[in-house]
Amino acid sequence: MWQWFHKLGSPKWFFGIATRFMPWLLAGGILLLAAGLIWGLAFAPEDHRQGNSYRIIFIHVPSAFLAQSIYISMAVAAVVTLVWRMKLADVFVKAIAPVGLIFTFLSLFTGAVWGKPTWGTWWVWDARLTSMLILLFLYGGVIALDRAINDEKSAARAVAVLVLVGVVNIPIIKYSVDWWNTLHQPATFKLTEKPTMPMEMWLPLLLSVLGLYLLFGWLTCIRMKTEILIREQRTRWVRELVMAGGK
Amino acid sequence: MSSAGGALIKPVEQGVSPLSAMWAVFGRDVRVAFRQRQDLLNPLLFFVMVVSLFPLGVSPEVSFLQQSGAGILWVAALLAVLLSLDHLFRHDFDDGTLEQLVLQPQPLFLLVLAKTLAHWMLTGLPLVILAPVLGVMVHLDGNSIAILCLTLLIGTPVLSLIGSIGAALTLGLRSAGVLLSLLIIPLYIPVLIFGTGTVAAAAEGAPVGGYLALMGAFLVLALTLAPFASAAALRISLSNS
Repeated sequence: MWQWFHKLGSPKWFFGIATRFMPWLLAGGILLLAAGLIWGLAFAPEDHRQGNSYRIIFIHVPSAFLAQSIYISMAVAAVVTLVWRMKLADVFVKAIAPVGLIFTFLSLFTGAVWGKPTWGTWWVWDARLTSMLILLFLYGGVIALDRAINDEKSAARAVAVLVLVGVVNIPIIKYSVDWWNTLHQPATFKLTEKPTMPMEMWLPLLLSVLGLYLLFGWLTCIRMKTEILIREQRTRWVRELVMAGGK
Repeated sequence: MSSAGGALIKPVEQGVSPLSAMWAVFGRDVRVAFRQRQDLLNPLLFFVMVVSLFPLGVSPEVSFLQQSGAGILWVAALLAVLLSLDHLFRHDFDDGTLEQLVLQPQPLFLLVLAKTLAHWMLTGLPLVILAPVLGVMVHLDGNSIAILCLTLLIGTPVLSLIGSIGAALTLGLRSAGVLLSLLIIPLYIPVLIFGTGTVAAAAEGAPVGGYLALMGAFLVLALTLAPFASAAALRISLSNS
C-alpha cells in the first residue's frame, strides 16, 4: 500500500500509467456517453408532463454530478498537498479546476434552458441554483489565485487552503433541495435507492453519467500530463521522451 | 514607543501565556489604528455613501426603501468590511512585524484571532453602531432596526474572520485587492442571505429565533476554524515572499 502510495507521487510513473489508461478511458467514455445520449434523446419515452423538454436531463444531471465531484476530489487532493506535499496532488488540482468551472457553467446553462419551458423563466434565485452559482464563483477564485502566485509551491498550498475553506458549500448544494422548499426538485437520480423514474429513462441517464465521468478521467490525464511535462521539463526522462518524439 | 511599527509589541518571551500574548497583539493593533484615525473613518464613510446611493440611484420611495433597506445596509456593510480587509495584515507584512509574529512561541492562530478581533472592533463594531441611523434614513421601523443591528452584530465578526483567510492568502500579491474580493465574496453570500433573511422574517412577524441560531452557528464555526486557515495561509504567503 505505502509503496503504491509513493509510486503515485512520482510524476514519471503517473505519466506512464496515464498514457496506458487514456485510450480505454476515451473509448469507454465516448461509447457510454454516445449510447446514453442516443438512447435518452431519441428512444426514451416522453415525459407525460414535460413532453420532450425533459430530455435535457441527460446533459444537465451528468454535468451537475461532475461539477460537485470535481470540487470534492480537489478538496481531497488539497488535503494531500497540505499534509504530504505530494507533487501530483497539486498538479491534479491545477489541472481540473478549469474543467470543474466549465461543468458548473454547463449545468447552470442547461438548467436555465430547461427552466424556460418548465418553470417559465431562465433563472430563479432558489437555493440549489444560488449554491451552484457560488460553486462557480469558488472555481473562479481558485483559478484566479493559482494564476496570481508565481511560485509554484506557494501557489499549490495557497490554493489548497482556499479549496478546503470552500468545501463548506458542498453540503449546502447537496442538501439545499431538502432543507429549503425550493422550486428545484429533490434529487431524482440516486444510485443507492430504487429509481423514481421509469427504467427506460434511468438507464440512459446512468450511461451518460458514467460516460461523462470516463471522459473527464481522460481529460484529467491529458491536462495532468501537460502540466507534468511543463514542470519537469528540466529532468532527464522528459528530455529523453521529447527526443524520442513522445513515444 | 514612538513609531507605529513593531516596537510597540512588548517582547513576548517563552514564559508569556498565549492569552497575554493575544492581549498584547490586540492592544497593539488598536493603538496603532488610533494613531491613524483616518483609516478608521474611511470604511464608515464608505458605508454611509454606498447606502445613500440607493435612494438616489434606484428610488427614494418609502415603500421601496422599507422593503430593501435591510438588504442595502447589509450589502454596504459587507463591502465596507471587504475594503478594510486589505489593512488587516498589509502594514505588518510590509514592515516585518508579521514575520516576528510567526516566530513567536505562542500558537500563530491565536495571534491571528487577536488581530482579527481587533479588526472587527475597529471596523465591524462601528458599522453596527452606525446602522440604526442609516436604518432610520431608509425608513425601517424600530423593530426591524433592532433585529438588523443584532444580525450585523453577529454577522460582522463572521465577515472579519472569513475575510482574514482571504487577506492572508492574497498577502503580497500584485492585484491583491480585486483578487481578495473574488475569493471572499462567494464565502460571504451565506452570511448575507441569513442576515437579510432574519430581518425579512421579522418584518413579516415570523419567529426569528431559528435564523439567529443559524447565524450564531456561523459565528462559532468561523471563530473555531477561520484562525487556523488564516494562520496556514499566512505561513504560505510569508514563505512566498
